[in-house]
Amino acid sequence: MSSSPLAVRARDVGKMYTIVHNAQKEETLYAALSNRLRHPFRRAEKERFWALRDISFDIREGEVVGFIGKNGAGKSTLLKVLSRITEPTTGEIDLYGRVGSLLEVGTGFHPELTGRENIYLNGGILGMGRREIDRHFDEIVDFAGTEKFLDTPVKRYSSGMYVRLAFAVAAHLNPEILIIDEVLSVGDADFQKKCLGKMHDVAASGRTVLFVSHNMTAVLNLCTRAVLLAGGRMVADGNTADVVSRYLDDGQEYGVFRPDRGQRDGDRRVSIENFGITPNPPNTGEAVDLVFDLVRSEKDTTPVTVDLAVEFLADQNRVLQVYSAHVGATFPVAVGRTRITATVDMLPLTPGNYTIDLWVGVGDTGIDHIRDCYSLNVLPGCLSDGVFVDNRGSPVVAPSAWRGPEPQPPMQLSR
Amino acid sequence: MTPTDFSTHPRPLLTIRPSSGWAAIDLREMWHFRDLFLTLAERDVKVRYKQTALGAVWVIIQPLLSAGVLSFVFGSVAKLEAPGKIPYFLFAFAGTLAFSSVFSSTLTRVTNSMVGNQQLVSKVYFPRLILPFSTTSSTLLDFIVGLGMFMVLLLVYWQLPGANVLLMPVCVVVLLMLALGAGLMATAIAVSYRDVIHILPVATQFLLYASPVAYAVAEVPDQYLLLFYLNPLTSVLEAFRWSVFGVGEVPWGWFGYSAAVAVGLLIIGAFSFRRMERRFADVI
Repeated sequence: MSSSPLAVRARDVGKMYTIVHNAQKEETLYAALSNRLRHPFRRAEKERFWALRDISFDIREGEVVGFIGKNGAGKSTLLKVLSRITEPTTGEIDLYGRVGSLLEVGTGFHPELTGRENIYLNGGILGMGRREIDRHFDEIVDFAGTEKFLDTPVKRYSSGMYVRLAFAVAAHLNPEILIIDEVLSVGDADFQKKCLGKMHDVAASGRTVLFVSHNMTAVLNLCTRAVLLAGGRMVADGNTADVVSRYLDDGQEYGVFRPDRGQRDGDRRVSIENFGITPNPPNTGEAVDLVFDLVRSEKDTTPVTVDLAVEFLADQNRVLQVYSAHVGATFPVAVGRTRITATVDMLPLTPGNYTIDLWVGVGDTGIDHIRDCYSLNVLPGCLSDGVFVDNRGSPVVAPSAWRGPEPQPPMQLSR
Repeated sequence: MTPTDFSTHPRPLLTIRPSSGWAAIDLREMWHFRDLFLTLAERDVKVRYKQTALGAVWVIIQPLLSAGVLSFVFGSVAKLEAPGKIPYFLFAFAGTLAFSSVFSSTLTRVTNSMVGNQQLVSKVYFPRLILPFSTTSSTLLDFIVGLGMFMVLLLVYWQLPGANVLLMPVCVVVLLMLALGAGLMATAIAVSYRDVIHILPVATQFLLYASPVAYAVAEVPDQYLLLFYLNPLTSVLEAFRWSVFGVGEVPWGWFGYSAAVAVGLLIIGAFSFRRMERRFADVI
């Protein structure tokens, strides 16, 4: 593959945005003018934000490259720079072929115009000439399956028809380099399959494709190579499977005790060797076991009776505490290894991500206190049979029994 | 990694790099996008009167109504007289045709052309100048329809123009350049400051009365005459009516001034648009 000619070459590409801070922004025209007059040379305080930084890569003809990363990693900005919608702040990109970009399905579709008119409009916007569209017209209509509604304004289309027509136009774009942003997230499963098939054809025909997606299955299926972006920088570039698994690991590792991650204090006469929650991952409303594996060093023989606590945090805020002293339990710990298990009958946390702090102590003194050492992903579950609980603003929910309506004496109206 | 082989592609088709300062207008690229230009112009025309009962008839009704109101206010209420005994309605219609159909509708549509198409600007690349230019061509079509109506009226009132009429296209071009020049600046500013879009109707309304649209310059008191002629629209509107009715006279000096302002405005407008263009997708 490395012998085929270059298609895209990016060198040190960066894109900077300036953010003007609100505090600096003058509220009124008067304030703006008087400030200008008083401090003619002072410039507004601006923060520089690099959406992309030091991006360099070579893409060769026929490569299908997936760009992956979390929201805000810079994927879409990169595609915008590559398709010339916005200029880079630094660096250079060489394009060795005609570029067609598809950052949105149905760009420029006008609701008042008919399907036929929109095919020409959208095709023109995506860079097709009229004759090119004429040539592909029947294929486009056929692919979209909307021939009956060709002369109906698209505002009367169902959203499915709309998307099908829009994708059909885009699928018949014929550039040497095709740039696609997250377009497969629309349409029903059937249509998505059709789109993936079409993209396979495009890739197989030897064209170069640059593809952004959150759909890892699509990336794994289509791409020969993947680039992982994080915080505007390239973190990994290579074999699709490797980069995708790197991306999936890169986030939080759920359900694993990671004592090295957070801050740890205490003299650790007794220390936490391992911690686990079963089942892993748990569901809302389910009974869970919180399991501590403690270890006590051999040399120390003074008796130790400990209290144990598990603290659940949502977005850095403590939301739930499970503490042995609250239920009057204490545990003597002998030399060697000990397992202590706390059972919570109904996990009162709504689905979502939590972090956990663990504490082992005597009275008020912590002897092993580890912060942020476990990421918990709670799955949807029920507090009562068959009703799934979701997060309506409070992470903690309690099971409850409801009764009524009960008739009440009529209201006394007094003057 | 193997060393890059440049023999098959000695030169990239295109290099993207940061630009700075004043950019030239890339006519070759504009030509390359001519199909898009036509498609967008076509869209503007098609969309305008969709789902209206009267459809394109509005192109004729609008100037008829505004000329009717203006001739009532200025002719019948204020009792002004049109020069050379021209029916006041016809006189006002000529003014409206030049001012509204050519100047102010171009100015308004060009000013709205970037913000009104933000979806396009932020999602696809094309030379941004295509948008104001294609919208201008669609207003030109309205003007041609209005002109047809005007010719019918001229026949009805039996006011046939002479050879002067050859000046009319020049007037239209000058008006278009004035509108386009101002509009290009306005639309570029409107990308960051929508204020422009709110000021615009007030400004065109002001110009409608401050320019000799529904009255002749002859009615203006002498002490304000200089001020009037500084408005580049004044002499062009006078020349427009002279070209049709052959009455009054064209202040050629001032007409030259207006043409120069128009050319200057268009050049400044186009270049400032190009200068601000690169930020459009980020700010809009």
